Amino acid sequence: MDTNKNLYTIIYAIIMVVVVAVVLALASYLLKERQQRNVETETKEMILNSVGLAAGADDAADYAFYIESEYDKYITDTSVVSAGETLPMFVTRKDGETFYTIPLKGTGLWGPIWGYITLKSDFNTIYGIVFDHKGETPGLGAEITTHQFTGQFKDKKIFEREEFVSVAVLKEGTGENTPHRVDAISGGTITSKGVEDMLKVCISRYLDFFKSKKQ
Amino acid sequence: MDKKIFTDPFFRKNPITVLVLGICSALAVTVKVEPAIVMALSVTIVTGFSNLIMSVLRKTIPNRIRIIVQLVVVAMLVILVDQILKAYAYDVSKQLSVFVGLIITNCIIMGRIEAFALANKPLPSLVDGLANGMSYGMILVAISVIRELFGSGTLLGFQIVPLSWYMKNGGFYENNGLMILPPMALIIVGLIIWIQRSYQKELIEE
Repeated sequence: MDTNKNLYTIIYAIIMVVVVAVVLALASYLLKERQQRNVETETKEMILNSVGLAAGADDAADYAFYIESEYDKYITDTSVVSAGETLPMFVTRKDGETFYTIPLKGTGLWGPIWGYITLKSDFNTIYGIVFDHKGETPGLGAEITTHQFTGQFKDKKIFEREEFVSVAVLKEGTGENTPHRVDAISGGTITSKGVEDMLKVCISRYLDFFKSKKQ
Repeated sequence: MDKKIFTDPFFRKNPITVLVLGICSALAVTVKVEPAIVMALSVTIVTGFSNLIMSVLRKTIPNRIRIIVQLVVVAMLVILVDQILKAYAYDVSKQLSVFVGLIITNCIIMGRIEAFALANKPLPSLVDGLANGMSYGMILVAISVIRELFGSGTLLGFQIVPLSWYMKNGGFYENNGLMILPPMALIIVGLIIWIQRSYQKELIEE
């Protein structure tokens, strides 16, 4: 058969595209549920980590089940209403204390960065924080996920008296040593700046809610 | 079937060290051993099956859309690998992120289809594809072992360099920060090529 005819070429291309489309659609359909569950489990693990929970996830026999059950055990609420607007906020009851976790979204050097910050019930003291990123430079910007970086945030304050000041991420050894600053990552200046901006922008959406709670 | 189809890619015609193909991903995913192994497996699957499919279709493909057909087949395989990784190896798929999608631009795949699969029977083509993928993976893993060991002091995530050796714990040792940056992968590839050429003198051009 002559494989160089126009008609043959066109029919060949059409059949090829249809076959490939069916294969890919089928794969997407069959795997979707599992993929979504992976993403959800990861989000839940991050939230739990920011409240200092789910530390045994690496040793758990069934990782997804472990995260799921821990999440159901501790997280009591997933949103709050502030001035008529519903905002995502994860409320945790642990050892008789209540913690409030706020999702963070921002931009690093190469792409999105995100995380969760957990406040104590005074809505001022940071209890825990976690970060993740899409593609920051390994060893530099990507260090925001390490405990050396996130550990600095513990017990920092986001308010100076009644004024919201957030937490500044400053070069090591610069600025005053206040409860409103942490050391940036050397070599990861833009990512560190991204973290600082992200904290300021995301937390400020909750100021009305904090005010209503404090009164 | 000629045994050389399988053995040649590993040394005499190694895609990375002799043909210098697929370098981009060799630089990007070799900071740690685990993603390097997964990348090697993914590429092996894609080269193997794209060679097999193209060889089965080789007599039916209209010559004018030959490259398009190759691209569609390779792209389909790459998307399948990406989807399966996202479902069953989520952590690793996050580390590899865009590089799985970029397997399609890996010159080894199109190179083997054009140079081998279009002119040979399906079975030898499958073997050729798998062998090329594995020999690519062999170099990838070799580079990543060196980079992870000296750059992070670990192998596959396990601590190899004793923690008490480190400066911060009062020792004398510090990880080599250059190892985790891409240029070091290029230097290591260069060293491997150097060693190979010092043994195989016929590779040295005038």
